Amino acid sequence: MSFLDVKDLKIHFPTDDGLVRSVDGLTFSLERGRTLGIVGESGSGKSVTSLGILGLHKGGRAQISGEIWLDDEELVAMSAEQVRRLRGKKMAMIFQDPLSSMHPYYSVGHQIIEAYRIHHDVSKQVARKHAIDLLGRVGIPEPARRVDSYPHEFSGGMRQRAMIAMALSCDPELLIADEPTTALDVTVQAQILDLMRDLQREFNSALIIITHDLGVVAELSDDILVMYAGKCVEYGKADDIFYQPEHPYTWGLLGSMPRLDREPTERLLPIKGSPPSLINVPPGCAFHPRCPYAERTEGRASTEVPDLAPTERGHLVRCHMPRTERRALWENEIKPVLETQ
Amino acid sequence: MSENEPLLSVHNMEKHFPVTAGLFRRQVGAVKAVDGISFEVFKGETLGLVGESGCGKSTTGRLVTRLLEPTGGKVVFEGQDITHLSQGKLRPLRRDMQMIFQDPYSSLNPRHTVGAIVGAPFRIQGIKTEQGIKKAVQDILELVGLNPEHYNRYPHEFSGGQRQRIGIARTLALKPKLIIADEPVSALDVSIQAQVVNLLEDLQSELDLTYVVIAHDLSVVRHISDRVAVMYLGKIVEIADRKSLYAAPMHPYTNALLSAVPVPDPKARRDRERIRLTGDVPSPLNPPPACRFHTRCWKAQEICKKVEPPLEKLADGHQVACHFPENAPVATAGAAADDAAQA
Repeated sequence: MSFLDVKDLKIHFPTDDGLVRSVDGLTFSLERGRTLGIVGESGSGKSVTSLGILGLHKGGRAQISGEIWLDDEELVAMSAEQVRRLRGKKMAMIFQDPLSSMHPYYSVGHQIIEAYRIHHDVSKQVARKHAIDLLGRVGIPEPARRVDSYPHEFSGGMRQRAMIAMALSCDPELLIADEPTTALDVTVQAQILDLMRDLQREFNSALIIITHDLGVVAELSDDILVMYAGKCVEYGKADDIFYQPEHPYTWGLLGSMPRLDREPTERLLPIKGSPPSLINVPPGCAFHPRCPYAERTEGRASTEVPDLAPTERGHLVRCHMPRTERRALWENEIKPVLETQ
Repeated sequence: MSENEPLLSVHNMEKHFPVTAGLFRRQVGAVKAVDGISFEVFKGETLGLVGESGCGKSTTGRLVTRLLEPTGGKVVFEGQDITHLSQGKLRPLRRDMQMIFQDPYSSLNPRHTVGAIVGAPFRIQGIKTEQGIKKAVQDILELVGLNPEHYNRYPHEFSGGQRQRIGIARTLALKPKLIIADEPVSALDVSIQAQVVNLLEDLQSELDLTYVVIAHDLSVVRHISDRVAVMYLGKIVEIADRKSLYAAPMHPYTNALLSAVPVPDPKARRDRERIRLTGDVPSPLNPPPACRFHTRCWKAQEICKKVEPPLEKLADGHQVACHFPENAPVATAGAAADDAAQA
């Protein structure tokens, strides 16, 4: 069994308008020292997944089923109080927007010290020293002085560093970063990505990085899971997803991005339409209304949900098209167009 | 790039926002959001304006459309100096100069129907259309790829990408000559971004539009622009045609920006040498003296702290403000030769 094993995770929210199936049967696993990238557009369920693993939907209206095994402990059936004990120490989260996820009334140091002292029986002085240490490690200049600063006194990049320091304060073994660099400028983004990579190597933690940016995912991930409308549509090694993708949605994502590493094309190849509402997910394959190849499935696209089936390369794809057809499409039609970019 | 008169030219434009303190609101300093920039935009081209947050790119957009009044310098649109025109005198000019905003949620009035939003320019400018405003609005909705029957719907009934199309429809209503697009796609999902970028390009060729596209995303800017200006702390540090800027950037900052963009190619990350910039962008309230980039620049020497480098033309159509430019003319000539060979 892997360090983290998520099996058939479902997180549904009942609302007045109907049941929102934010996460609908997600299965993946992750070892220590490895990085999983979860990619998808807004509303695909990526953030709900991360909050679900941390147990932050407990006590709300969410209906959660499935299993989450973290180091031989099952989290879905656990009480909120039990998960709370694991949170911070065993697993921690880096949020997207550090300004709204830090308390504006307390100094940055205070917030790190608080988290540390919940899990460690140490004096304030010891915890403070630890906080200064951590702030220095994540590259904040003059940590001994900055430990008493308030979040608003930090720049965006420094706040994100402080956020990372806070998440690392108890040496968590599982770190989930939800769009950690989306709010940052590119030069600062590059610094933060480097920092996360270095720290992961040092702590040998398991890292889940959630983002919509395929570039960020390519920088960090060993494995990649592509989500669409609450379901995994493609899951495999980073190299397979980038060089041998088999799902039309992944092709669409790759074709939509203008890229700096290739000659610019005349036109981008967008995916038609827009992501579906999770209350009203299209029947059958959720992607079929936007899929240019939906007619090739003899009508099954709109009636049957395709299985997440393994390819011979070992990565998983949820598509009705026969494998040979998908491979041929990729090799003959998609790849040549993408590569002339 | 056309050789004719520029549609828009900006000379030494400045915008300093005063910072006041104390009982009498005494001015104690100024945020130099835009500090003496000059550029020209020619008819039919797209100028990209890139830079990190706080570099003054959005302020620049608002200054040239006169949503803000410059504190110095000159803005000339179609040969007319519009720097200090009154609101009344500006109004007729607004027909020719429109703006697309970043956030399709806050830039549309939630209590107005799409018809009212897109039709507003006709009413404000008092323009009579042949078959009535409704017909004109429906034509525009169709042009930007929206269903004309959605005329009576409200903004909340649309997705983000569709809302951005409504914003674009509104700017197109009066057939403007110049469109300033401030981060037109950054609030949208990847797949929707591509749709809107393609739409902007189609409209440009169909309606003969001139764009100034302000964005922080260097790949989007490269895709859409003919020429690109890079800003840092209120100054233009480099301006060049797209090809030479991306193939052979001369300013170290441009170089660092380009190398910081994550590339969606797992193999590339392994062999890529990245320029690591340290620290954040300094505050525009108290920018570093002389070359503003010297605090983060790995090539900085004594002169960079004392003498401000002027924006100089180092190659054809390529201006740079740096004492120690990279890829200096020899390299650029090489790249140009390569391009010629490819063509």
